[in-house]
Amino acid sequence: MRITQGTFSFLPDLSDEDIGLQIDYALRQGWACSVEYTDDPHPRNTYWEMWGLPMFDLHDAAGVLQEVRACRAAYPQHYVKVNAFDSTRGMETMRLSFIVNRPDHEPGFQLTRFDAEQRVQRYGLAGYAAREPAGARYAAAKS
Amino acid sequence: MNAESDTLTPVQRATDPAHDDARAAPLVPVAPVDLAALYRDSGIGGVLDELDRDLIGLAPVKTRIREIAAHLLIERARASLGLAAGAPTLHMCFSGNPGTGKTTVALRMADVLHRLGYVRRNHLVSVTRDDLVGQYIGHTAPKTREVLKRAMGGVLFIDEAYYLYRPDNERDYGQESIEILLQTMENQRDDLVVILAGYADRMETFFQSNPGFRSRIAHHLTFPDYSEAELLGIAERMLASMHYRFDAGSRAAFADYLARRARAPDFANARSVRNALDRARLRQANRLFAASLAGGPPLDEASLTLIAAADIRASRVFAGAAPPPADANGREPAASGNRC
Repeated sequence: MRITQGTFSFLPDLSDEDIGLQIDYALRQGWACSVEYTDDPHPRNTYWEMWGLPMFDLHDAAGVLQEVRACRAAYPQHYVKVNAFDSTRGMETMRLSFIVNRPDHEPGFQLTRFDAEQRVQRYGLAGYAAREPAGARYAAAKS
Repeated sequence: MNAESDTLTPVQRATDPAHDDARAAPLVPVAPVDLAALYRDSGIGGVLDELDRDLIGLAPVKTRIREIAAHLLIERARASLGLAAGAPTLHMCFSGNPGTGKTTVALRMADVLHRLGYVRRNHLVSVTRDDLVGQYIGHTAPKTREVLKRAMGGVLFIDEAYYLYRPDNERDYGQESIEILLQTMENQRDDLVVILAGYADRMETFFQSNPGFRSRIAHHLTFPDYSEAELLGIAERMLASMHYRFDAGSRAAFADYLARRARAPDFANARSVRNALDRARLRQANRLFAASLAGGPPLDEASLTLIAAADIRASRVFAGAAPPPADANGREPAASGNRC
């Protein structure tokens, strides 16, 4: 099941050139870009791992693309996304976030049901890949 | 093409002596490329004229910029015929004595290269050793990478580049920074132009201890010292930009000043000129102030903008010598420390 989180996620995967153009757009707006990765893409998992610090004072996409490529090379079977933050309101407001790398195989999520007090049903999502320990999730699914 | 030959001369002149035949070949009008039209449309003529107008002297530097402009133009013409050869590397090293305009030219370089269409952005990141080299183990690499990322798409200018390498301390972190710089200069030539600047002798030492650096820099530009006439022209231009002026007497006095000052060991070309002018402005202010307190006439624009001969003759360079215009023996006054 293909995960659709963030901007452009219903489109085919972006090429590096497309990614560069989107980053250029973000930089033109004065937003700062950062790269994050995870192997637990649960929709409620807001906090992905940071790949280095957010990059400030950039003028050109080449610098961000360089980090995207480095992150991909280090974690080829993880989800990698580029975030663009806007600081004009005095806090870091996320303005743009899109996935730039995903594992070859995405097993998807299971809908789980819990019995709560009395006969109330509660629902939850659990990623099939997340059953494996961290670090072995998508690499294991691939083999 | 004949009608345009006069506007084309800079390109042709630049291409003839320095570049070998392979690059000069498309100049022969066998191919259906209208170089003159390309030249007109690119606006390169404007860039070069502006450079000529704004910078006094510096003939070798201007020639090299002409060559680069011509080369980029030819490259564009070749590309239109499918003869792509890849972008040339434009990493540069500016060396020369103090005050010869290295930094001034470098700051303009981003603008020039952007208008020539070589770099994508018109921005220049100016750094020194402090911005590249960290303070403890593991600090240098991220710091250098961050600077490189900020400069991507434009020009990275490293002033006083020889400070990066400290031969007296073998555990200096500068070496690490140099390695990352070299790697990026080699691998990301399309994204970044690196310009090093520094005094000639120290840059020579720097390159001797880092041979990889010298070979990765295609353009070594030497900035010559200015002649006295050029320095006088620079002085006039500086004054004009500050809304001051010389009259005939003070111009002669300043030429006289330059002749003496240029022989001093710590003479720093245009920088010395700027300092001398700054001090002359102080003396002018003092003179006007004293004259007003003594009940002189109210000041008009002419007197407020004029640097008088007396303001220059009061300099310490003239001290201890014979009355100024008569002195022609060429000896320096024995002054030590801060020379004015």
